[in-house]
Amino acid sequence: MIDLSSNITLVILVTSLATYLSRFLGVVSSENIDVKSKIFRWFNCIAYSTLAALIARIVVFPTGTLADAEILIRFLVILLSVAVFFATKKNLVYPTILSAILLTVLNSLY
Amino acid sequence: MDSPALALGASFLAIGALLKDIGFNVQQSFFSTFFTYALPGQLVMAESFFVGASLINIFVAVWLVNVRLYPMSVSLIPLLKDKSQPRWKYYLSCHFLAVSSWLIMKNRYQSIEQKYRIDFWIGIGIGTWGTAIFSTLAGYFLSDYLNKDMMIGLAIVNPVYFTCMMIGAIKNRSIGLSVLLGAILGPLFFLVSPEWSILYGGLLAGTLAFFLGGKDDRPV
Repeated sequence: MIDLSSNITLVILVTSLATYLSRFLGVVSSENIDVKSKIFRWFNCIAYSTLAALIARIVVFPTGTLADAEILIRFLVILLSVAVFFATKKNLVYPTILSAILLTVLNSLY
Repeated sequence: MDSPALALGASFLAIGALLKDIGFNVQQSFFSTFFTYALPGQLVMAESFFVGASLINIFVAVWLVNVRLYPMSVSLIPLLKDKSQPRWKYYLSCHFLAVSSWLIMKNRYQSIEQKYRIDFWIGIGIGTWGTAIFSTLAGYFLSDYLNKDMMIGLAIVNPVYFTCMMIGAIKNRSIGLSVLLGAILGPLFFLVSPEWSILYGGLLAGTLAFFLGGKDDRPV
């Protein structure tokens, strides 16, 4: 019989190591990178594109609870929230609160 | 009123409730955010754990979903460098690297004197990290009061918050292209390989954007 508790501890440890690894290697690589270099600009592009790829994947192919909402509803909520973000001069609080309420309501209706 | 704490808090509230659901105790939930502090990675961990994946599988899946932290680190740390500052500060504070803190720092660094940027970063890091830990605990204790529709509502907060912050952070053509191409290629590559889609999609999108962006010397 496997001890579930110590198992969770290992899972947390492994997850944390896998995460810190990228952060740590990033600092190591930064030792010799100049902010005016092309390689810095390239990494900057990759940082934004990887982030966008991740977010788009979460919205289009969600795992977990978000998968229970229809894809059209998910898109609608994202679009409306971005519109509110710009309408409120790039305020982050209004669109995020609105998105949670909107999705909760829309999802319970359809 | 423009606090990122609310969105960050809502996201980790959901994580706290989720961890309770899959059988983590309160200490384990606390340490998960304390030591990992990366939302998509913690989601992958929760799912993998739930389906009984091996530790190696969990390591690879988490590494692949959090691999964005590598280019994020390389594109931020050089901006914070100063000869008068000790190196351990950089190695320790890179733990605070997450989407929200990164975007905040990217938007602010120019207004902070080079020498103090790393200290400013540590301040932002502790603030965002602390908020995440606190919200994880709050989510853990509130989970009994959250119904399924509310959980779904909370799950959209994080993508909405990241999307808004990212669009707001577009400062030049190559960053705009990176965001656009990444958002298209990420889901597209998912159809080919779910696990590797972020790494491959992001790498290709970022490289294309770097070359297509042309000469644009506005700050990054």
